[in-house]
This record gives sequence, C-alpha cells and structure tokens, in this order.
Amino acid sequence: MTTQLLLVQALNGLQLGILLFLVAAGLTLVFGVMDFINLAHGVQYMLGAYLGASLAAATGSFWLGLLLALPAALLAGLVLEVLVFRHLYDRDHLAQVLATFGVILFLNEGVKLVWGAAPLQVAVPPLLEGGVQIMPGLQYPLYRVAVLGAGLATAGLLWWLVERTRAGMLVRAGATNAPMVSALGVDIGRLFTLVFAFGAMLAGFAGVLAGPIFSVEPGMGDTVLILAFVVIVIGGIGSIRGAFIAALLVGLIDTLGKSLMPDLMRLFLDASAARQAGAALASMLVYVAMAAILAFRPAGLFPVRAD
Amino acid sequence: MREAWLPLAVLLALGAAPLLGFGGSYETTLMARVMILAMAAVSLSFLVGGAGLVSLGHAASVGVGAYAVAILDAHNVTEAARVLPAAIGAAALFSMVTGAVAIRTSGVHFIMITLAFGQMAFFTASSLAAYGGDDGYTLYSRTEVWGSRLLGNRLTFHYVCLGALALTWALCAMLLASRFGRVLRAARENAQRVEAVGLAPYPFRLVAYVIAGAIGGAAGFLLANATEFVSPAGISWQRSGELLFMVILGGVGRLWGAILGAVAFVLLETWLADHVAHWKMVFGPLLVLAVLFLKGGLSGLVVRRHG
Amino acid sequence: MAEPLLRLVDLRKHYGGLAVTDGVSLDVLPGEIHAVIGPNGAGKTTLIHEITGVVRPDAGQVVFAGRDVTRLSLPRRVRAGLARTFQITSVVPGFTALANVALAVQARLGSSFRFLRPAASEAATNTAAMDALAEVGLADRAEVPAGALSHGEKRALELAIALATKPRLLLLDEPLAGAGPEETERLIALLTRLKSAYTILLVEHDMQAVFALADRVSVLVYGRVIATGTVAEIRGNPEVRAAYLGEDEA
Repeated sequence: MTTQLLLVQALNGLQLGILLFLVAAGLTLVFGVMDFINLAHGVQYMLGAYLGASLAAATGSFWLGLLLALPAALLAGLVLEVLVFRHLYDRDHLAQVLATFGVILFLNEGVKLVWGAAPLQVAVPPLLEGGVQIMPGLQYPLYRVAVLGAGLATAGLLWWLVERTRAGMLVRAGATNAPMVSALGVDIGRLFTLVFAFGAMLAGFAGVLAGPIFSVEPGMGDTVLILAFVVIVIGGIGSIRGAFIAALLVGLIDTLGKSLMPDLMRLFLDASAARQAGAALASMLVYVAMAAILAFRPAGLFPVRAD
Repeated sequence: MREAWLPLAVLLALGAAPLLGFGGSYETTLMARVMILAMAAVSLSFLVGGAGLVSLGHAASVGVGAYAVAILDAHNVTEAARVLPAAIGAAALFSMVTGAVAIRTSGVHFIMITLAFGQMAFFTASSLAAYGGDDGYTLYSRTEVWGSRLLGNRLTFHYVCLGALALTWALCAMLLASRFGRVLRAARENAQRVEAVGLAPYPFRLVAYVIAGAIGGAAGFLLANATEFVSPAGISWQRSGELLFMVILGGVGRLWGAILGAVAFVLLETWLADHVAHWKMVFGPLLVLAVLFLKGGLSGLVVRRHG
Repeated sequence: MAEPLLRLVDLRKHYGGLAVTDGVSLDVLPGEIHAVIGPNGAGKTTLIHEITGVVRPDAGQVVFAGRDVTRLSLPRRVRAGLARTFQITSVVPGFTALANVALAVQARLGSSFRFLRPAASEAATNTAAMDALAEVGLADRAEVPAGALSHGEKRALELAIALATKPRLLLLDEPLAGAGPEETERLIALLTRLKSAYTILLVEHDMQAVFALADRVSVLVYGRVIATGTVAEIRGNPEVRAAYLGEDEA
C-alpha cells in the first residue's frame, strides 16, 4: 500500500463520512427531538438517489435533477410523516422499529416496481468531470472533491441553523427536554413535522450526491441506514456535532478497513480467501468500534439528553 | 392460561396435520419453517415481553446455531449428540459475550448495539470462505441421531420440531413464573424498584439473554436441518426484524402470542409471495397497519374476546 | 453514647463549581428517628443519593453499622440493611401488592436464581410478604395491582416493601410528599407505630410531621449541616430560625 493510495482511500473515507453525516443528521435530530426511531430514513436516501437519477435523465441536466429532487424528497418525507410516522410518536420504540420496517419493505419493493431491479447509472455532470491533482502524479476525481465540499458546506449550514437560529434553539431544547419546549407554548407537532421533512431532504440530498459514485439500486438505503445508526449511537443521540465526528470516523474506518484488511489477511490466508475474509472483516470494523465505544460510554461520545 | 386455548389448538393442529393429509413435502416444509421460527420468536418474546430487552439481533443466535451445524458438517461431524450441544453452546456463548456488553446499555442503545452485534455475526458468516462465504453452505446430510438417519424422515422431523416448540413455550413460561422471572418482570417495569430491594438487574438480564440465545441456537440447529442449507442471509438484520415482528404481531407480554405471530407471518408471507408479484408492497403496509391498529397483537384480540 | 448505626463523615460532592454537599457529617443512633430538614436546594436529594449509593461522593465516608459502604452500589447497601423509600413512589405497577412485597422477601432470602417453581404460589415468601402488608395496614389489598392503589396506599406499600427487606435502617425520602391531609394523618400514625421498632432517617418537608415524629433533627442549608439537636433545641436555635424557619413563618 503506497502513501498515494492511502491518501486516496482516506479522501474516499471522508467523503463516505460526509454522506453518512447528511443521512445521520436528520436521523439524530428526529431521534433526539421526537425520541423516534425511523428505520425508514435509509429509504429516503434511496428515494433521493432515484429521484435525482430519473429527474436528471428526464431534464437532461444533473443540476436541474438535483434542484427538483430536493423538494420532491422533502415532499416524500412529509407524506410519510403524515401517513405513518405521526401516529407513532407516542408509541414505544418497538412499535416504531416495526412500522418503519414495514415502510422499508414497501419502498424497496416500490422502487423495483417503478425503476426495475437493475442498478441505474448516473453520469457525473460535465462541469465536474475529470480530476484534480492533489499530489504530483495523483489525480482525484473532481466530482468527489465537490461532494466533500458540498457536504462540508451543508454541515456548516446545519451548524448555523441549529446553533444560531430560533428554530435551531427549539430543536436543541427539544432534544434535551421535549416537555419543556411544549410548555413554552411551541407547537411541538409543527416542529416535529418541520424537523422530519428537513431530515428527509438532507437524506435525499445525500442520495442525489451519491448517485454518480455508487450505483443506484433497491436496498441501497439499508446499508447506509445501519451505518447511520452506528454513527448517531457513537456520536450520542441528538448531537449534531457528535454525528459529524462519528460520521467521519465511521467513513474512515469503513473505507480504510476495506482497503487495508484484505492485504492484512493475506498474511494469514491465500489470495482469494484473504479478499473475501478481509472484506467481510472490514465491514465488521465499524461495529466493533461501536461496541467498544458503547462498552465504555453507554450514551455515546457526546451525550445530549439530560437524565 | 385459560385463554391459551388458541395456541394449544394451533399446536394440536400442527400435530394432527400430517395425519389429516397434510403430510406432503410442501406442507411439512412450510410447517417446519413455521414451528422453527415460532420457537425463535417465543424465545425473543421471553426477552422482549419478559425481560424488557428489545433485541434487534436475535437472528444472530439462530444463525450461530445453524452455522455450528454447517461447520461441523464440513468436518464430518453429524452426530446429534455432539452437534446439538455445540449449536446450543455456541449460541449461548455468543449471547453471553455480546450480552455482557449490550446489557450495560438500555433503551434505544440496546436495540442498536444488538443490531450491531447481529451485523458482526452476519459479516463473520460472509467471511467464512471455507463454509460458502456469501453464497452459503449446503449440508452433506441431516444430523444423525446415534448413527441413524432419524431426522431424515419427514414425519419424525415434523414431530421433533413440534416437540421443540412446545418445550420452548413450556420452558419460557416456567422461567417467567419463577423467582428468577419475577425479578426480570419487575426490572422491566421498574428497575429502580428492583435495586431498592437489594437486587442488581444486570445478572438476571444477562442470564435471560443467554437462555434466549441458547434457545435461538437450538432453533438454528433445526433450521439448518430443515433446509439442509445455511447462509448469511439468515443472520441479516431483516431476519431479526421479522422475528421481532412475529412477537409484536402476536402480542408482547404473552409468550404464546409469538406462536400465533409466527404462524400468521409465515403463512401470509408464503401466500403473498405465491400470489402477488411485488408482494412486499402489500406486506409492508400490512405490517404498518398491524402496528398501528393491532396494539395488543393477535393474542390481545383473543383475550379481549374472552373476557 | 451508643455506636451510631449510620455515620456520614465529611461528605463532599461538587457539580461544576457548585458544592452541593459541602462537608456533611451526621450520626444516626440506633432506635432514633433522625430527621433531615432544609429549604429547597439545600442538597437533600444529593445527600440521599450519596447515602443510598446512587451518587458517589467526591470525598468523605458513609459508614453503616461499622462498615464503610461508600463504594457499595445501591443493591448491596440494601442487602446490608439500609432500606429506602422514594420521594416519587416507586412500586412495580403491574404486580399485585403482595407480589411487590414478595419480591423484596425473595431478595432478602438471597435466592432469586431459582428457575423451576412458580413464585406466585410460594408459601414462604407470601407469608412473610403478608406480614409486612399487615404491618402497614394493607393486608386486605394484597391482591390488588399496585398500579391501581391510591396514592396513600402506594406510599404504605412502599413502606411494606422496605420493611420486608428486614432493614436495620429505614431511609424515608419525603414520605408525606403529595399526600392529602387525611392520607398524611394516616401515614403519620403509621410512622409513629413503626418508630418503636425501627431506626429511621427521615427527610421531610412537612415541619409538623417532623416535629411530631423526630427524636433529633439536622438542618441542612446550602450543603452544610448548620445544626443538629432535639426538636426543642432546633426550634430554639436562632441560626436555624434565620436560615430556614424564618421563611416558613414569614
């Protein structure tokens, strides 16, 4: 493994981390404010990717597709909130897990019905084709750099929204103490809906961005969902800062692990077995990290809830 | 117990079915699946409804049991006297190690960390190149009982599964009614109260977790023999979600509800898969509706009607 | 003077810069009812947490029956004979009153890892549990789910649970909180009956109750014990009047 390859993998890891953060941000807010486990958050990411892909194809422009996919993802989130999730806020986590599991089954199958089971390919927009030189003799795709930048910008915007605006203040207060916020006379139902739709849009945004990098296929949300859960649990439920750090951590561990593990396994196994075992063990690393962190800090790195 | 006539009737019906003309290969295969999954669901119900431990990784203990059968099979060990204890022991050990960490957390964190351990088991199974890796492993033969191919006989296997299910139900019911179970149930409702009479809930919960895992391992042993095949798919978090769904569909808080839940789940799934093209688009919403409107589960319906 | 049953030695606990318990020392003698009073924010709740093992003090010692229990968890302190009730009633709502108490009995008998016999029909635990229920006047409510009992009955049930652990010291955390006048009267009568048989550390807001029940009183203000003495001494203490009683009379 050369330094160059390591650098590329580290960048890939950061970029996966950024995408995870976009998904996890909505998840951790919804979770922190409403104490609601939304397993279906991953399919909202998938939905965003599909909407982005087909809208881009229909309009002939990635940018127009992106622009249209965002409100569409927001709308999808709203519809789900009104139809299903709203009725689950006062139920226990078990009920929430299962009902949203049902939503996953429906939407995963639904996209198969609409777009077919085969993966869709999304072209990189012409503006972002090609690469940038990050080291002498080392090109890195411009699109991936742009994703990193867009993700960081969104993270900054999110930070500003949560830390500096009144709505953000309410959301933070809600994550710490929801009854208090409703005692302040805030319509907690409206706040929930808002946070929810916003989270759905962020996940959708991540999906659109992921389109040209990963293949767009049914079930693509499930892997991301589980990783996003790992992120918010490591980060501390309800904490945006925790989600950000944990997302980068998970992205790096996962990506670097996947590129390093097979090489590591080759020390013990023959080449093909090492590839398979290495990949699988690398997938395990983030869960090992999560278990280790929870064993020592049962409430995650940046616990929010005061109880 | 008086309201338990329905599950008793279900068990009787399962016992009588082969004698009433439902002894064909298709029917017995379906019924074996029902009974084995019911067994796993009852042990999960013991955890969820009895001990208040909502595990989203129960399929992992089933998978560990199943993989014990496969791995021993690959090494030409097919004697039940060795395979069954190995399957149960491996699952119990897995539950003990993961439970020791998981039970330190509570609520959502517990759900997530059990999910993470389940994923670890899933990826470990995928990495076992020698035992089929991602593709799974086909057994050379069913487990033998003292050298005879007893389990190879369709009817014998049917009654073995039925006996195992009945035994699981009786065992879990006995445990919950005992002093041990009283502590578990009390700690589920009010852990502080249990501590204040001088008992730490942790060891009780851990023992319950190990027992449920061991039963899961036994179910895994039967599942591997029923299909003569094991694969990582059987350990996926979706499978754990399905088991949880059986528990909630049957009604949390009544062990036998899980039997009804498993029967309803498998029959519905099988029927839909045979008759509807994109059956998950029907199944998913049904799941949501069941959670929203069937709050006491199927067993709740039965009990309500009878007083 | 008899050896104190519970001895707090210079307990200290800081949260950030705030000293919530600022060097509390206190003795509870065998057989007495020792009341701790103090205005809101005096640090009573934290003190109870430190005595029961929910919160570990930064410095100082909790000595119970001659044994340093500062590092023991809540369950182990209970097993050592330090039973408590909670400010907000804590029972198992889905269990009958009898099962609530029987749980405490089986915990005392030290054998809860029993898997075979149904616990509900065990004569040994049920008999002892009935005795405790009778002691607090709940014998005829034994089969009622705890969640369906009235507030006062839940209070009494909690006492029965504590008694069933056969405690050497009862720590009562505002047992009268939230009780109506009639319930208060009944609970005070009950506590008066228990007084002869148990050593009690009583943390209570209701002054009348404290003065009626307590043998000695300690006054906690801003994390410090500013005075300890008999009811008469405390009533006459000008510092206490200034710091605490004054606001009640005003």
